[in-house]
Formats: sequence, structure tokens, C-alpha cells
Amino acid sequence: MDIFFEVPKDVKITSPSTDKLYDVIIAGSGPAGMTASVYCSRKKLDTLLITKDVGGQVVWTSGIENYMGYQYITGRDLSEKFYQQIEQFPISLLKDVGPCHLEKLENKFAVNCGEKKYYSKSVIVATGKRNRELGVNGEKELLGRGVTYCSVCDAPLFKDKIVAIIGGGNSALTAAIDLISYASKIFIINILDNLQGDEVFLDKIKNSNKAEIILSSEVSKIKGTEKVEGITVKNRKTSQIREIELDGVFIEVGLMPNSEFANNLLNMNDQKEIVVDCNCKTSIDGIFACGDVTAVLDKQIIIACGEGAKAALSAYRYLLGIK
Amino acid sequence: MPLLDDKVKESVKTLLSVLTRNVKLIVFTQEKECSTCMDAIVLAEEMAALSGKISIEKYDFGIDKNKTDQFKIDKVPSFAIIGATDSSSSQWKDYGIKFSGIPAGYEFTSFLNAIKMVSLGNSELSQKTKDALKTINKPINIKIFVTLTCPYCPTAVMLANRFAFENDLISAEMIESAEFTDLAKKYNVYGVPKIVINENIQFEGALPEDLFLAKILSA
Repeated sequence: MDIFFEVPKDVKITSPSTDKLYDVIIAGSGPAGMTASVYCSRKKLDTLLITKDVGGQVVWTSGIENYMGYQYITGRDLSEKFYQQIEQFPISLLKDVGPCHLEKLENKFAVNCGEKKYYSKSVIVATGKRNRELGVNGEKELLGRGVTYCSVCDAPLFKDKIVAIIGGGNSALTAAIDLISYASKIFIINILDNLQGDEVFLDKIKNSNKAEIILSSEVSKIKGTEKVEGITVKNRKTSQIREIELDGVFIEVGLMPNSEFANNLLNMNDQKEIVVDCNCKTSIDGIFACGDVTAVLDKQIIIACGEGAKAALSAYRYLLGIK
Repeated sequence: MPLLDDKVKESVKTLLSVLTRNVKLIVFTQEKECSTCMDAIVLAEEMAALSGKISIEKYDFGIDKNKTDQFKIDKVPSFAIIGATDSSSSQWKDYGIKFSGIPAGYEFTSFLNAIKMVSLGNSELSQKTKDALKTINKPINIKIFVTLTCPYCPTAVMLANRFAFENDLISAEMIESAEFTDLAKKYNVYGVPKIVINENIQFEGALPEDLFLAKILSA
């Protein structure tokens, strides 16, 4: 990876206030939340953006080749560009916060972040998704000892080591690409009969001559005492068991919505994704949702951005109606 | 060859324009068997060129024994960040803040914030944390193993640096795992950030202020 120098992002944006009633609070600052912030600001809505960390999942993505306008851009650079865009507007930002919860009060909403509460007339939920756990023996015990969910963070630690990536979607394939420059051998183990990720990623992986792809198989155990020493893989069709000795396990088996923020308040599907209509309205007037936390089928950066814009414009129309 | 491009330089210059007291970057390198030592010197020189408040001192790990002992340097390249304690720079203070390896990537944020903290004299920790840190009466060494591509890691490094700033018995060292592979192996670093406190407490992940503090208090 090319050397880069990340400069702190705290130059222009104003501090949040617990004393005022914002027009809109946006929860989450991935592509959906940041796009919604730009649209809200351009409508001159008094906007507070609350987020755990700036950027969302896109920051963990090594390379992006399907965001229009860029033939190739790193996740970090795209996120930086999004942030530079919201910096142009006078929004308030609350970052590095722990879990917050949304409450519906009479004629307004409150976002409760532990010791402090923030109030608004409308809310846009853009809290995204987080990594799903595999749920097998050894996963929790060996986390940080060879089991990891962050390939972009931990790939450099596996130089000349043997690793496995569990999963077959784009996240798994980009993890494999992150590891090509470091690991000596990469197993890609998927529960389905094929890999669902983009062909273009697959070509890069195959050309590396480092990868062995094991399909229709599941990992039943991650073995090791002080650190990862191996995995047990079971073929779902033949029930054949294979023991593989290795040093690292990268888990990329999908994502879970961060919808706890609005628990017991909004209609959700059985995967706990927030159900929205085609204008990003949720089951409660004044609350809108966009991006990966919603039941919108495809989880893509460009789709999250579009949904963020729609949610902001819907919130604007809602606010015009109640003013 | 320059490390910082013009755009980064411009942003850094703006960020460093708020510095008040003088800051010194003390760089330890050696000529042989150190592939990044030259980059360390270039980075320090480029930083000094971006702010009149920053100066540098360069020492050779093998030759300048007094200085390596004074700053407890055991690897290269390594940076110690010290600050003037008054506006006339008559006295300098070592806060025990070190960066081993090149603080590039996401760690550049930690590096810049350490310089700012030392110059502005404010750790920005809560009063509750500052009071708790005052009760520490034995040496505490915090090693934070990172990779330069880890967006979580600066949170842990910056917090450890803030703790070091508040209590002279606490020292904090960022260690770039890909540069010091033997050390990463010794401490079983398979996930970052990995924090080692006084050799006996180890954990992975960027903990919030109160939980990180509790780990230090239990060391």
C-alpha cells in the first residue's frame, strides 16, 4: 500500500448544543449520513450530525471501482472527500460518542447519548451496519489472537503467514486482495456453492496464485490456545471434514444493521433492518432512514448516497409541513 | 524525496498555526540496517519547516548513548516529542511520549495531535480522569502496537499520550507493528491496536477513556 498521511478532521464544524431544538438530527456519518448532511445544510436546516466515528464502513474498504466519477479510489480517500464536502456547511458534529438511543417525545425527538440529550423536530437514521459474527467455537476466545474482522487493519500482521477468509461476498474478496501482498497462502471458504463477489476481484485473487477456494463448506471450529493454530472445515454436501493448519482467520460473513438506535420505535423486518417507503419514510412521522440500516435490498455506497439525499429532502418537506 | 505532498502540507500548516509553546522533535536513527530511518529524518525536517514553533534534534542510536539513555530509546527510528514549559523556552519537558516507526497513515493524526497537546498544554481529558491519574505513584509504560492502515488505532495512541501528558510516571509509545516485526511477535500482536501496560496487562481494541483508565489503574 502506498504511504499516506491522514490529517485530523476537526477544523470548521461547530460543537453540538443540548439547549437548542435542531431541525434535524442525523445519526451516522457513512455515505448516507454525510450525503443527508449536505442536502439538509443546503436547505438551511439547523442540523446536528451524531456519529461514533466519521466515515462508516467505507473507511474499511481498500479500493472502490464502482462509485461514479472515480475509476478507482480508496475508501479512506472517498470518505475524506465526503467529509470535505460537509465541512463547507455550518452543521454541528458530535463524534466519538458511545451508543445513543432515539426517543419520541411530544412534538419532538430526543437522542439520548448517555449523560447528554439532544433534541430535534425530525431525525434521519443512517447508522449503517457492522460485521456479523460467525458464531463458532474459538471465535470469541481467539479474537485479537488471529481472529479478526478488519482486514485493512490487520493484514500487515500476517506477512508470510497462512490465513483463511470466511465468506464469499465482496467484503471477503476485498479482504483477500488486502492480504495478497502479505500472506503466503490464502484459503477462501464459503458456505455457498459459488462466490457472490464481483468477477473483477476474483480475477485479481486467482492471478495471485496464493488462493485456494473451498466452496459448499463451513468452518465448524477455530482451534488454538494462545493464538489461532488451525480450523476445522466441513463440506456441507459430503460431510467430509478437513483440518487446516493456519495463523489467521478473517471473518467476512456479512453485516448486521445498527438499528438498536431506534429499537422498539420503528417497524423493522426480520433481519432488524428499518422498513422505509420509497421516500425514506419510516413507520413514525418525522423519522426517516437511509443507507445500509434500511431494508433497501442492495447495500452499495452509491445507493446509500442516493437514499441519504432522498431522506434529507423528505425531512425538509416534513419540516415545511409542520412549520 | 519529500514525504508530504503540497495538499497535506497546507492542511498541516493550518493545524499547526494554533501552536503556542515551542515543541522539539527528537529523532533517533542509525545509518545501517534501518530502511525507514531516512524517512524519519525527512518527516521531522518537513514538520519543522511547516511551523516556527517546531524544532528538531537528530541523534544516532549507536553513537549518542547519553541521549538514547535519557529518552529510553531501544529501537530506531524513534521520535520523542518534548515541549517548552514557558514562552521563553528556557526549560523543556519530556512527557514520555514516543513514536517508534514512521507515524504515517492514520498515525499521522496521532503524531500531529501529540505535537498540539504538548504545545498547547492541554490533554483535553475529563477532570475525573485527571484526578484519577494523579493517584498513580509508580511507573506505568504503555506500548500501543498499530498498523498504519488501522483507522481505530489513533484513538488508543492519542488516549495513551494524554495519560502520559498528565502524569510524569506514565510513558506512552506507539510501535508500528510492520516495522518492528520481532517485537510484534514477542507480544503476540495479531490484531491492532494492541496495548501492553507494564508487560503484565495486555488487551486489543481502542477502549473509551474510562475503561482504558481502569486498565492503567489496575496495573
